[in-house]
Amino acid sequence: MAVATRVSRRPSPVLAGSAAVVAAWVVCAAFWPDLVPYDPDLQAPADRFLPPGTDHWLGTDHYGRDVLSRLVAGARPVLVVAPLAALLSVAAGTALGLLAGAVRGWFDGLVMRLLDAVVVFPVIIAAVLFIALLGRSAPVLVLVIAAAFVPLVTRSVRAATLVEREKPYVEAARLRGEPLWSLVARELLPNVRGTVLVEATTRLGDAVFAAATLSFLGLGQPPGSPDWGSSVADNRLWVQLAPWTVLAPALAIGSLVVAVALLTDRLRRRLDRS
Amino acid sequence: MTASPVKGNPAAGGPRPGRLVAGSQPTGGPALTAGLVVDGLSVAYPAGPVLHDIRLAVRPGETFGLVGESGCGKTTLGYLLGGHLEAGGRVLGGRILVDGVDVLSLRPAALRRWRASHIAFVHQEAAGSLDPTMRVGRQVADVLRAQGLPRRAAVARARELLSRVRLPDVDALARRYPHQLSGGQQQRVVIACALATRPRLLVLDEPTTGLDASVQHEVLGLLTGLAAELATAVVLVSHDLPLVGQACDRVGVLYAGRLVEVGPVGEVLAAPAHPYTVALLDSAPTLGVPRAVRPLAAIPGRPPRPGETGYGCRFAPRCPAAVDTCRSAEPALEDLAATGHAVRCLRPGAVGRAVPDALPAAAERPGPVLLQVRGLTRRYGHTLALDNVDLTIHRGEVVGLVGESGSGKTTLARAVVGLGPPGGGSISLDGQELPARVTQRSPQLRRRVQMVFQNPDTTLNPEHRVRRILRRAIHTLRGHDDVPALARRAQLDDDLLDCLPARLSGGQKQRVAIARSFAGSPALVVCDEPVSALDVSVQAGVLEVLAQQRDHTGTSYLFISHDLAVVGYLADRIAVLYHGVLVEQGPTQQVLAGPHHPYTARLVAASAPAAAESTVAEPAAVVAPEPSPVDPAGNGHGCRYVSRCPYRIAGRCDRVAPPAVALGDGHLVRCHLDPASLPSATWLAPWVLVQGPDNQ
Amino acid sequence: MRRFLLRRVAAVPATLLGVSLMVFLATDVLPGDVARTVLGREASAESVAALRHELGLDQPVYLRYLHWLADFGTGSWGTSYTLHVPVRDLVLDRLGQSLMLASLAFALLVPVALTLGVLAGLGEDTPVDWVISGVSLALGATPEFVTGVVLLVAFSVELGWLPASAQTSPGDGPLVVLAHLALPATCLVLLCTGYVARHVRASTVLVVASPYVRAARLRGVRGARLVRRHVLRNATVPAASALGVQLQFLLGGLLVVELLFNYPGIGALLLASATAKDLPTLQATAMVLGVAYLAVVLLADIAYRLLDPRVRLDGEG
Repeated sequence: MAVATRVSRRPSPVLAGSAAVVAAWVVCAAFWPDLVPYDPDLQAPADRFLPPGTDHWLGTDHYGRDVLSRLVAGARPVLVVAPLAALLSVAAGTALGLLAGAVRGWFDGLVMRLLDAVVVFPVIIAAVLFIALLGRSAPVLVLVIAAAFVPLVTRSVRAATLVEREKPYVEAARLRGEPLWSLVARELLPNVRGTVLVEATTRLGDAVFAAATLSFLGLGQPPGSPDWGSSVADNRLWVQLAPWTVLAPALAIGSLVVAVALLTDRLRRRLDRS
Repeated sequence: MTASPVKGNPAAGGPRPGRLVAGSQPTGGPALTAGLVVDGLSVAYPAGPVLHDIRLAVRPGETFGLVGESGCGKTTLGYLLGGHLEAGGRVLGGRILVDGVDVLSLRPAALRRWRASHIAFVHQEAAGSLDPTMRVGRQVADVLRAQGLPRRAAVARARELLSRVRLPDVDALARRYPHQLSGGQQQRVVIACALATRPRLLVLDEPTTGLDASVQHEVLGLLTGLAAELATAVVLVSHDLPLVGQACDRVGVLYAGRLVEVGPVGEVLAAPAHPYTVALLDSAPTLGVPRAVRPLAAIPGRPPRPGETGYGCRFAPRCPAAVDTCRSAEPALEDLAATGHAVRCLRPGAVGRAVPDALPAAAERPGPVLLQVRGLTRRYGHTLALDNVDLTIHRGEVVGLVGESGSGKTTLARAVVGLGPPGGGSISLDGQELPARVTQRSPQLRRRVQMVFQNPDTTLNPEHRVRRILRRAIHTLRGHDDVPALARRAQLDDDLLDCLPARLSGGQKQRVAIARSFAGSPALVVCDEPVSALDVSVQAGVLEVLAQQRDHTGTSYLFISHDLAVVGYLADRIAVLYHGVLVEQGPTQQVLAGPHHPYTARLVAASAPAAAESTVAEPAAVVAPEPSPVDPAGNGHGCRYVSRCPYRIAGRCDRVAPPAVALGDGHLVRCHLDPASLPSATWLAPWVLVQGPDNQ
Repeated sequence: MRRFLLRRVAAVPATLLGVSLMVFLATDVLPGDVARTVLGREASAESVAALRHELGLDQPVYLRYLHWLADFGTGSWGTSYTLHVPVRDLVLDRLGQSLMLASLAFALLVPVALTLGVLAGLGEDTPVDWVISGVSLALGATPEFVTGVVLLVAFSVELGWLPASAQTSPGDGPLVVLAHLALPATCLVLLCTGYVARHVRASTVLVVASPYVRAARLRGVRGARLVRRHVLRNATVPAASALGVQLQFLLGGLLVVELLFNYPGIGALLLASATAKDLPTLQATAMVLGVAYLAVVLLADIAYRLLDPRVRLDGEG
């Protein structure tokens, strides 16, 4: 007869490893002044392009700055910007989505039209234009990323709200004469919690991605910042000569995004099951 | 438990020699080799045992109904017979023999091959069994090609099969995709696929859920006819005992994974021996028997969950006739009579059917008018959902609203409570006009009109505990009760108050919903199919709560259901909707027994047990095209039912809208026919004694 | 279907207008006096004013916008401030280059992602699935420049197999061109594959568990036939919408790989002109890129709806 499906058991070392990586970078972000062997901005023209060695574990870049120190210090920019942008977008998107889904009518129609138009909007072009316009800084970065994600979150939350709204328990509340705010806060919000959490975890990963990419494109942190994306961009001209200066920050980003992705994937699966 | 060999062990009270299994056939005769034989089958899941010692036999051409409520294991058994064991399941012992072949002993590859050509399985949701991206004709042909038939022959035979299942316009239909067919048509395609291989065994799992009563009737008739023709053994798994009574030759009642009673359907329904069967029958309303004559009795307690183990008879905790010996040892399935009627009980026949001992009182005078609906019209886009509907509900009265899907009954319900789009016509409560939208109504009006919804799983906020739900309702509806008092009104125990809805059963959830709607002492409660999603034995409890509330508070109900028996049980008056038109309304008994509208006659016939006849023979089931809801009569004037009516008068019914004819006692019928020529269901005597219409 | 098409097409002008407004707003309000930037700090006030007048920068905003829009519509896109060549030729040439790269990436992406996704879905909870899912997850999360850097260092710097720069000369044969495009295209493919493969896997798993596939299995249809007939179509149709989402990523990815590999595409042009404040080029580039992107999105949407008969034959979509 048909056999029972094998029980899936992912090796939990993966989960532990990811958490460790993220924790490590968070520690770096928080305490980099105490952890770095050298001042990340200290230029030493005499020691340019040193390959990884005993004095400089990851070598030096074209200004003679210690790559490892810049690596550790570079954790903070991305780990401040990304969670902030994700949080902002989820808060705004949830509010909009809930309201649009609950109210329907002209407000929802307007929101939907806007969403339709904005979702196909070439966001990256807008990012290029506006960051070129407003200058490179962390707050601008946060705002641009958050603005890009709000439509996505709104769409998800709105869809979930619409599903719940049609259910009899919401109609029963309307029959009782519950006001709109009560419907949204008491009836709908607790029941779209799952969607909101999924969006939050997804956007977090996406925000790290976006922050790193925008930095690489020269649209992120101000020049001179040890931010990883900027480091890759700054050093890529010398990739033939000193590949370690490019590899180190690139792999740092890689480790962070993959760790975050694995963690959030596991979290989403846990949510799905419950 | 190990499988017992053919002869059984006489010392242990096993099957007698010469007979394969209890309940299979009359004394003597050779052992069955054709058809289906299940012998001592036991199945378990990791959570616990699910089926125990199942024994049954089905002859080729015979239809066997497997009846039970949720959690009894019938789905597992059905799937197993269909050749599929759910993930995690383990067969502990026993055999399944189809035409003598022990299915369980086959190796996977051989089983697959054999299963494909010898067994056919029809799922519960027909639409789901059909590939949405493949044309219908091709799907049937595919089944044949998997058997090895060459392409051209397969296509031709597929067409032939589609016309065998009485689908109209086969060539055009074969080129359609599943979503372009109606539910009934999809089901027929699935049956065509199933019968394509000329299976020896056909298993159907609730094949008619979601289908309208009249379509159900047709599909079942088709099925049993084809099965007899092809000499296929058919097993029909269902929770619906009356349905099984209509369609099957023999029936087996499943409880807690065991067959508690097996036998010819007429015998089992007329003279049930097992107390559970009796209770099941007692908890289902009989068409035409109102509550005053035979109140339904819910079965106390709850069935054991799949995986729960215990000692003795599994039904003993809930059995009115249980004695100590019942609780110590589990009885075996024993033959009662030579007809193959077997029962698993130490005291068979100890519990008799409830005997109605009251003659119904004379119909009370209806109270003053509470709700007046005049000329109500509602549209959804281009579709006319309600066409000029007039309805009156008096104080303290239960008005039943029946109709099939698309009739507009839900639209009417929602219009009364204030949900749904506005439109033409007026609704007034106690003479005061009701605004069309609930947001425009005053709190005073809102508490007077409330609603109970159909689906118990979505009717309560999953994040709120019962106490909070009731407290909120009392607060917003300005109720006078406190939470425990309100809960008690719906017969809810205090320990449920702090539970989340997920911990409650379907019946409990519905009772919370009922309590919630009563928080503000409403004058009218609209009940939209409140028991349709519940098990039969649970339905009785919920219906009883509704009835008691009405008795205590004098609340009126607009009770909507597609189930005529349920409506007839509670309602004082019945209104019949067909495609947005109220074709009939009047006192319950008069509407059900007739003379009544031809559509009502069709509904009643579809709900009738097999033996019933109506005064005018129904024409052979013809799949007439559904009338377009926009313009059913084709010219906007005639009777909407004309395209399906066997009594239509050409030139009149399709041209002129039928008038409302008064038949006395407030009984109105919209029909051109002379009242004397209207059909009746004379077999439906107003008050039915124990033997009932299911008596042959 | 028709109604849907009309609705979609009707939305396009609105979005285009939005794009144009945004482009004009962002480039027009750019801080710093453009005339002064062009002429330098030492230029006199009169010459600056004269240049401003010549460039039409002293007219009211809405007039300038309409003029600009009209100009754009008729194809006169001006001359680059920094490169001093006609913007139109520059932009269109670069667009062609980018389209070549993007098409190559897409052509690789679709079969690879679909195959991997279906394989993973069919072998749910087997090592095949774990590997494919894990790798897809990682790849889908990693920015293109990271994979690009790794590939660059591995294949170009260390192994020297492929050229580091994607720039090709006019006389190069197709194989050489391919070699130059290999790395950037691979980056794009890797990212998008990660995302799409997981979507395809998810929908494959759903399809395999669906009642109609189970029913088909019970009827004796099995193996490759089952996959071909029933699984593929039903699994890939929802995934087509995932491909649509990819377009946003492809666009961003295009910018990244063009920058990283020095590819003379329109993305690189966008970035360069933004940095150099070369207004005419920036405006034209942004507009062309926006229009091209919207066109592709619309096509993808239509293609997706054509695939699903439920949507195709039902109207609304």
